[in-house]
Amino acid sequence: MRIFLALAFLFFGSKSAFAQFTVSGKVTSDKGEILVGCHIHAANVYVNSGKDGSFSLQLPGGKHVISASFIGYKTSQRTISVTSDQTVDFLLETDVASLQEVVVSGNATSLTTQPRQTLKVNAIEKYSNASLGDLVKEISGVSSLKTGNAIVKPVINGLHSNRVLVINNNVRLEDQQWGLEHAPNLDVNAAGSVAVVKGAAGLQFGGDAIGGVIVVDPPKIPVKDTIYGRAILNGATNGQGGSASSSVFKGYKNGWNWKLQGTFKYMGDLETPDYVLSNTGIREKNFSVGFGHKGEHSGFDAFYSYYNAEIGILRASHIGNITDLVNAINNGQPAIIDDYTHNIASPKQAVQHHLAKLNYYRDWHSGRFDVQYSYQFNNRLEYDVRRGDNRDRAALDLDLATHALLADFTSDKTKDFRFKTGIGASYQNNIASIATGVRPLIPDYDKIDLGAYATSAYDVSATWRLEAGLRYDYSRVDATKFYLKSRWEERGYDESFAHFITGDFGTQWKTNPVFTYHNVSASVGSKFQIAEHLNWYVNASLARRNPNPAELFSDGLHHATGQIELGDLRLKQETAVKVATTFSYASGKLAVEVNPYANSIRDFMFLQPKGLEYTTRGAFPVWEYRQTDARLTGVDVTVDWDFHKNFNYHATFAYVHGKDMESGRPLIDMPPANWNNGVSFLKKEWYGFEVGLRSEWAFFQNRYPDNDFYADVIVDGNPVNTLVRISRPPKAYNLLHFSCQITLDSIPGVKTTLAFGIHNLLDTAYRDYLNRMRFYADDIGRNFTLQLKFNF
Amino acid sequence: MKKLRFLPLGMIAMLLASCSSDDNNNGGPVNEEEVITTVTVQLTPQAGGTSVTLTSRDLDGDGPTAPVITVSDNLTTNTVYNGTVTLLNEIANPIENITPEVIEEALDHQFFFSGSNGIGTAAYSAPFDSNNNPIGVNFTFTTTNAANGNLTVILRHEPNKTAQGVSNGDIANAGGETDVQVTFPVVVE
Repeated sequence: MRIFLALAFLFFGSKSAFAQFTVSGKVTSDKGEILVGCHIHAANVYVNSGKDGSFSLQLPGGKHVISASFIGYKTSQRTISVTSDQTVDFLLETDVASLQEVVVSGNATSLTTQPRQTLKVNAIEKYSNASLGDLVKEISGVSSLKTGNAIVKPVINGLHSNRVLVINNNVRLEDQQWGLEHAPNLDVNAAGSVAVVKGAAGLQFGGDAIGGVIVVDPPKIPVKDTIYGRAILNGATNGQGGSASSSVFKGYKNGWNWKLQGTFKYMGDLETPDYVLSNTGIREKNFSVGFGHKGEHSGFDAFYSYYNAEIGILRASHIGNITDLVNAINNGQPAIIDDYTHNIASPKQAVQHHLAKLNYYRDWHSGRFDVQYSYQFNNRLEYDVRRGDNRDRAALDLDLATHALLADFTSDKTKDFRFKTGIGASYQNNIASIATGVRPLIPDYDKIDLGAYATSAYDVSATWRLEAGLRYDYSRVDATKFYLKSRWEERGYDESFAHFITGDFGTQWKTNPVFTYHNVSASVGSKFQIAEHLNWYVNASLARRNPNPAELFSDGLHHATGQIELGDLRLKQETAVKVATTFSYASGKLAVEVNPYANSIRDFMFLQPKGLEYTTRGAFPVWEYRQTDARLTGVDVTVDWDFHKNFNYHATFAYVHGKDMESGRPLIDMPPANWNNGVSFLKKEWYGFEVGLRSEWAFFQNRYPDNDFYADVIVDGNPVNTLVRISRPPKAYNLLHFSCQITLDSIPGVKTTLAFGIHNLLDTAYRDYLNRMRFYADDIGRNFTLQLKFNF
Repeated sequence: MKKLRFLPLGMIAMLLASCSSDDNNNGGPVNEEEVITTVTVQLTPQAGGTSVTLTSRDLDGDGPTAPVITVSDNLTTNTVYNGTVTLLNEIANPIENITPEVIEEALDHQFFFSGSNGIGTAAYSAPFDSNNNPIGVNFTFTTTNAANGNLTVILRHEPNKTAQGVSNGDIANAGGETDVQVTFPVVVE
């Protein structure tokens, strides 16, 4: 209702007649650190502090309460009488009681020497109509592995899937992310901040973040009587649809709070510059609700979120055999281009994710004790192109339930030494429905995880901080899987794993594979302030990851890639040692960050081609999971420069070099070097007018393994041995994106932002190496977007 | 401790939510319902005589074992054969005949036949689909001279039947995805 009122005000309201004054200042911590992105709130206006900790607010004359809040610090409030332009500086005290929020963002003690890139609300709102994978690409060194344009997986420094942990609201997301075409099941509109840690920091959530951690935090509700919220409407021409998202937050002075958030998205077929990408629509229906209490010495937080997405998969990418693949590669455009539609047919995915959690904390012996229970339920339905009565029946139906219990203790006894320790236990159960009539690739399994960790940080001096962390994990997987006897023998399991067989079902064995794993992970780090604006970070981490269900158990045909993928029960854990250093310079106008790294992974699990297998549908290439020693080295660079009072230049560059140390070959699917440059013009006086042009440059990936293979393709009735060229990455491309926005305060209590953008301004036809649809179709063409946003 | 009263409520809600479906496979295995294990082409001389049967059978579906191809006899020169294709799923219990399903979804299916090295030519017979385009479950195969070559049978799902040449049996512009592709070695004598 409030939105309709807001709309009504927008069109009929009159502009405020009060005089405006500028209140500016700077925010620093009690330890003298500049606080960037601090939330400054006065009346109906809020801003975030800039790179140098400074902020500026426009306020009408009169008495105002200005508050400055920042995660991990006590909120500071000042009452001022505004009669002219004035300066108000804030000094924020570290807040032990709100360490929960720091915990939420990862690990209080360990993250302090691990540089992390954080995207705040402003950036997140720009991606309101997109996905988490699209959003985190803003950060240098983060790219995305896509299946079409709706399924986007984040890739950190060349690694993805189970090597990247996603922590949503302090809960480790368990949504079957082992699949390359399984995107994180969460709504970006529910996030208050998204941080990326490139490495195995945050040992609190597990020691297996070989690639990194993405920490998604909800917005923080202050302890005071307040109600605020947001509504965003998005429209896009490419896809001919849009989304609506709204949220309301209520805080009470007595510590209680609640929040409500929902998103609805409806998009049809996407289009390349030249043709329709048939069956690429998407629907999303998400909501979340939470309430809690923050007391002086204790508090709790209850949260529930629901994510529901139906995603069409490019029809032409569902192929029957190698001849179809060769045709697709040679034709240069999809074999099936239908008339434009908003309908979604098979192949498609329908995914639902429930997350419920309860968190309680209280002060205890000069520290804080936290306990959290979370429950997640993920249902994944995948629909193939099927015949007859099976047409509307899912070909894959997985139910994954995860219960997790965490208990942590944070000690903050002395200012220069902080300590945190905790234990975690989780139980996971996967059920692959047999109602599909298709042999499930992923078996039923029960998994138990137990872990314990301790991290500490020590301030050697005012400019030098050291930290160290250690974690132990125990994991036990108990699976039930039916194997074709022919496959069991082909894999050589009859010799090593005969003891797993529990039943004989004609052509299939019933088996009960059980695996246990013991892992130790660790991290050490140092943050040293070389000069006033220059920080130097050094981090080293040891991370271990268990093979996931796909790597262990896969044994069948993948329709999108036309290949047979085989897991291996003999796989053992992979172990990564990552060393990274970051030089970070941040003064008032210029921020530069350079981050070289080397990640050495022993027993790295990957898919490698292994000849052909023949079926009634023809021949298929077989890829099997194998292990090798791999090394990834690279560098990420970010530059942000306010080179004029109204102009900003922002650039990111990332390069990663992946090598299979055993064969000497390049690793597959390594993101090509990319270089993004953006210039924006900002003039606050003109209704916050902002206009920007951004160039996105993806280089040609010339380092790729040659996995081309020969197969019989039928030409004129004869099988002709043909080279199937699946390896060579697409050529380099450059895209231009335009954006502009204005912010209106014409409605009292409502900030209205109107944003217009053109994605792929020049309608460039291109293909992306990390898009699994690249064999079949171009990527999407020009897209005009319009966003209307109300903050009240 | 007032706020603790919500704890049990929350726990109950979560436990309720965690009760999930029980369609797990503690019983028997899934028998692939969609797989075509067996392709049989029956060629019967129009003028009468012994028919020739070509069979491709792959009892482990997408498993590692290759299909077993058998050809019952050689073909005779200058003969017109009536051909029939039968598709079976022999993993299913009872064995499922998939041919009627293909006929039922005639608009979405078409067989293509090609003989190499001049072993013969194929032409479509009835039934046709509702647009009068071929299905190819039945066809004629005409041999001329003695030859040694391959007969390839391809079934396409959702082909573009109106594309150039497709209704005459030319697969080049058919598109769609392959459901069946088998090659039989054939001798004409």
